[in-house]
Amino acid sequence: MFRRIEASAGTAGTLTFEERPVAFRAGDNVAAALLAAGIARFRDSPVDAAPRAPYCMMGVCFECLVEIDGRQNQQACLIPARTGMVIRRQRGARDLADRAP
Amino acid sequence: MPGATHDLIVVGGGLIGSAIAWGAGRAGADVALLDEGDVAHRAARGNFGLIWLQGKGVGAPAYMRWSLQAGHLWETFAAALVDETGIDIGWRRPGGLQFCFSDEEMDGRRRVAEQTRTDGGDIAIELWDRADVLDRVPEVGPEVVGASYSPLDSHVSPLYLLRALQEGLQAGGGTYLSGAGVAALRAEAGLFVAETARGPVRGRRIVIAAGLGAADLAPQLGLSIPVRPERGQIVVTERVKPFFAYVGSGVRQTAEGSFLIGSSHEEAGFSEGTDVATAARLCASAVRTFPRLAEVNVVRLWGSLRVMTPDGKPIYEESQTHPGAFAATCHSGVTLCSAHALVLGPAIADGVLPEAVASFRSDRFHVQAH
Repeated sequence: MFRRIEASAGTAGTLTFEERPVAFRAGDNVAAALLAAGIARFRDSPVDAAPRAPYCMMGVCFECLVEIDGRQNQQACLIPARTGMVIRRQRGARDLADRAP
Repeated sequence: MPGATHDLIVVGGGLIGSAIAWGAGRAGADVALLDEGDVAHRAARGNFGLIWLQGKGVGAPAYMRWSLQAGHLWETFAAALVDETGIDIGWRRPGGLQFCFSDEEMDGRRRVAEQTRTDGGDIAIELWDRADVLDRVPEVGPEVVGASYSPLDSHVSPLYLLRALQEGLQAGGGTYLSGAGVAALRAEAGLFVAETARGPVRGRRIVIAAGLGAADLAPQLGLSIPVRPERGQIVVTERVKPFFAYVGSGVRQTAEGSFLIGSSHEEAGFSEGTDVATAARLCASAVRTFPRLAEVNVVRLWGSLRVMTPDGKPIYEESQTHPGAFAATCHSGVTLCSAHALVLGPAIADGVLPEAVASFRSDRFHVQAH
């Protein structure tokens, strides 16, 4: 789907998306890492449950929302990828119980 | 279209002009709706989307009656508009809550309810104490002492509402001209002529519903619309799962899950800008109502200009020097939209103003010499 411009940069770490391991490179944000791994369905729309993928990659469109380490509605394109992140699809609108103590 | 002579020209493609145009068109008039475009100050696109009746027009019975008539017409109006256009305007009537944070505020709401009854207002207003509120809205914060509730209050998507009115007008054979800001108005050979950026438009009758732009246009046809801008800022949050089923006077959750938090009252001239201090104050007030909003992210903030008359009530009048020329303005283009569409529009198509709005002439602002 997407091909990296630089062919040779090495892997900087690994996160998981829906329990699948995803390797990322230094400087990747979460959205770039997922797209480079061939993942396109980031979330299901709260309006009609349609599958959605990143659109603007600059923090404006809110299409790239995912759940990161239990926190919902995170903008994947604004968050640097880190080793060990547990990422899940954002399903519908955020449930405010996601950050309950 | 330019060249043809229309039954009615509507100057202003906001909610008031679009509602009148749609209503007049349904009543059989050939209508041309002139819209300046997205460069205009659009209260229609900046407002909160409330149809708010409890307390509206307290101390001004004619205004209260007109507003309540609009409130009761909304069900019929929304059904007709959605049926004609297929556009879901998002109208829902869960009832409205004005939250109170002190006994004094509760007393104020009690007086509003009593005055409304005294004036014969056709609306139920209930006073809920804290226990009543917690029964229905358990998410409220510890400072909420109660609320007033009316089942007549509702909300709507103002953007879909505006679009539906304009599409409905055109589907019925009416003309909508965008990019048609009006530079001047005149009477000529028994017709009214609007000089627009797209050329002259001629009509047998005309209504000026141009919001803040009406102040300069109205005197050209012997009308008076002394309006000024009052800025309101609105905060929008990320979408979260629904937990507030009612509408609040300053906070509501849309069908999609966003919270709208409003709204400020500022004297800022024609600036539609925003500032963080105002947004923070609005958010703090919303968090006082619903503490769980403290961890919800803000995604947008905007400023928009209310169209304010000297006494805050609408102006509807027909020109004495140019019969057939009308003025219509108010700052409640959403709440009154149903009455503008179903009552005012058809009446203006017939060349008259409805009896219900006879007391809203602009000469009430004139100082009387004795």
